[in-house]
Amino acid sequence: MASNTDTTYPTVTDADEPVDVHSPVAEHAVELATARKDILRIATAGSVDDGKSTLIGRLLYDSKAIFEDQYEAVARASKGDHVDLALLTDGLRAEREQGITIDVAYRYFATPRRTFILADTPGHVQYTRNMVTGASTADLAIVLVDARKGMVEQSRRHAFLASLLRVPHLVVAVNKMDLVDWSEEVFEAIADEFSAFAAKLSVPDLTVVPISALHGDNVVTHSAKTPWYEGPTLLHHLEHVHVASDRNLTDARFPVQYVVRPQTEEHHDYRGYAGTVASGVFRTGDDVQVLPSGLTTTIAGIDGPRGPVDEAFPPMAVTLRLADDLDVSRGDLVCKPENAPTVTQDLDALVCWMAEEPLRPRQRIAVKHTTRTVRAVVKELAYRLDVNTLHRDREATELGLNDIGRVRLRVTQPLFVDDYTRNRATGRFILVDEATNATVGAGMLTPAG
Amino acid sequence: MSTPDYRLSQLETLEAESVHVIREVAAELERPALLFSGGKDSIVMLELARKAFAPARIPFPVMHVDTGLNFPDVLEFRDKRVAELGVQLIVASVPDAMARGVVKEEPNGSRNRIQTPVLLDAVEEHGFTALFGGARRDEDKARAKERVFSFRDEFGQWDPKNQRPELWDLYNGRIHLGESIRVFPLSNWTELDIWQYILREQIAIPPLYLAQEREVVERQGMLYAVNEFIRPKDGEQPFRATVRYRTVGDANLTAAVRSEATTVEEVIAEIAVTRMTERGATRGDDKVSDAAMEDRKKEGYF
Repeated sequence: MASNTDTTYPTVTDADEPVDVHSPVAEHAVELATARKDILRIATAGSVDDGKSTLIGRLLYDSKAIFEDQYEAVARASKGDHVDLALLTDGLRAEREQGITIDVAYRYFATPRRTFILADTPGHVQYTRNMVTGASTADLAIVLVDARKGMVEQSRRHAFLASLLRVPHLVVAVNKMDLVDWSEEVFEAIADEFSAFAAKLSVPDLTVVPISALHGDNVVTHSAKTPWYEGPTLLHHLEHVHVASDRNLTDARFPVQYVVRPQTEEHHDYRGYAGTVASGVFRTGDDVQVLPSGLTTTIAGIDGPRGPVDEAFPPMAVTLRLADDLDVSRGDLVCKPENAPTVTQDLDALVCWMAEEPLRPRQRIAVKHTTRTVRAVVKELAYRLDVNTLHRDREATELGLNDIGRVRLRVTQPLFVDDYTRNRATGRFILVDEATNATVGAGMLTPAG
Repeated sequence: MSTPDYRLSQLETLEAESVHVIREVAAELERPALLFSGGKDSIVMLELARKAFAPARIPFPVMHVDTGLNFPDVLEFRDKRVAELGVQLIVASVPDAMARGVVKEEPNGSRNRIQTPVLLDAVEEHGFTALFGGARRDEDKARAKERVFSFRDEFGQWDPKNQRPELWDLYNGRIHLGESIRVFPLSNWTELDIWQYILREQIAIPPLYLAQEREVVERQGMLYAVNEFIRPKDGEQPFRATVRYRTVGDANLTAAVRSEATTVEEVIAEIAVTRMTERGATRGDDKVSDAAMEDRKKEGYF
């Protein structure tokens, strides 16, 4: 089968010679580079042993996101026969010295169809905290599985966290297929086991790909060694996965971020409400309601980055002008009168705890939700979740570092919320320790009860 | 704008994300300032700040850490842009700090490292609680791991092992007195994104970025344009070559590359076919060690 990416790349030119910017190669390169694309945000999970860094290095190298001097530096540093692509992604001195990955790292690559932002999360240290951070913005999560080991506890945990964060697309890359002689049976067994598990997690879209990150099979081009595999290569899937319908375009939500008041001669009466559309679509002339006041008005105009626009949708950063002179400030929310979020001081949420000092009932804490920050008290810990077995421990009295549990919070002022499963933007919050100012938790709102 | 599928392009998405970050800082941090050098990244960042608050003025000052080794073109560009936007410019001067004995010139002539104390002094003097920087995560391995809101202690230091988790678009800008946040609104932009945005928005840039015939000398395989900071040494034969700058750093250390790119479109063509990183290619000061950037950041550098 022919390569199923649309990708062809110009070759390396001699660095000492000026690039011929009018050559057919240059024209082609410009065409590829400047094509209108969208962004796919990816989170990868897996440990060093699963070959995650090698896979990422492979994606970067094969999509030509790696520059020649970076590649040469890595080739020099590699031990053994292969260029160690994993070295491309280990950023900090301590990581290179200790051979570990400390923190979430972000990588960038592009093909003619899409640009990719990849959050590379380590598999072992502070695992949950990092994976939750990386997955929070992801459209797609890649979980790596070693074909020799099959689905292990860590794979379950990765898949669970991706589903908890409502990452809409999950890819299981069954790696090191070369070490199981490209066995279809091995692959199918892992795929079946994973599908059965994913069904319990409400993973909306699961794709399983047999690969060898080290040799590149089925990463960018189809491998001759897996004639039995008829699915896409990994990169082809990343380029084509349909994400347009993942967003909530139904519930119009606009958290006011900043009030724009020029107070100049030219714009004497201008008063605009700047913010990022969280969900839904706003149009000039729409009837809208402002919370918490509940007052209604209409949208007089929407100013975008290049002047007035007729409509705004997520994730556009715009400024709304309202027809009436209302008292609106940061932390307020603009919605539609017939479709308002829940206004509440009681939050029921799954919380991922990220601090050494545990979360306990009666604790006081700050909550940042959209553009509103309020104080809260922990009313109740309903249960702690075992992320490996999904068992709910209702006897738990605290959440420790990297624990996930269901928590009820009472906040000092009403928040305007939706369930996280319906609306990722208005169903999420972070918890901040008021003494240390550290970010200590992430919350996803769930229906009460 | 016709977008029946309600999708933004990658440039529009990055733009929206950056504007969101800039507004969030203005709303939550008491006294921000934007680091503006006249380089292409800070030019784009300043343009995004303008868009974030239009039609109002940018509600914070811009600051330039002046090493005293700037290309004159770039300083001229800086002053012009600042005047157009009606924003306040604060210059933190390395030569002044040297004259006061606060910092000393390093033997290799690089003022990269001694910028840091000058920056930190200015932050303290003006009471800045947040500084916007134009760094991108695709530039360097250490930057790839840094948050958009990068917490710094009272010494301006970055602690890579103790970063605040950064989830969704919920940024935590809370600090105690003396601490500050470095903010990187361009974190997710690549070099090519920056150039495409400059093209799309018709943003003015200093002429150094475009190819011109310039008088140059060759040093250690790199071309340096002859200027007030670069004089031919004994045995060096200056010659004319058509070159441009891929980054604009100190005039005594930043090399030019042979180039035919006389327009932004041609620069994009050149970058699209070039396989050298900009820093690796032209900045002598980052070649010191594989962990050079990480070390400088821990000291309080951007």
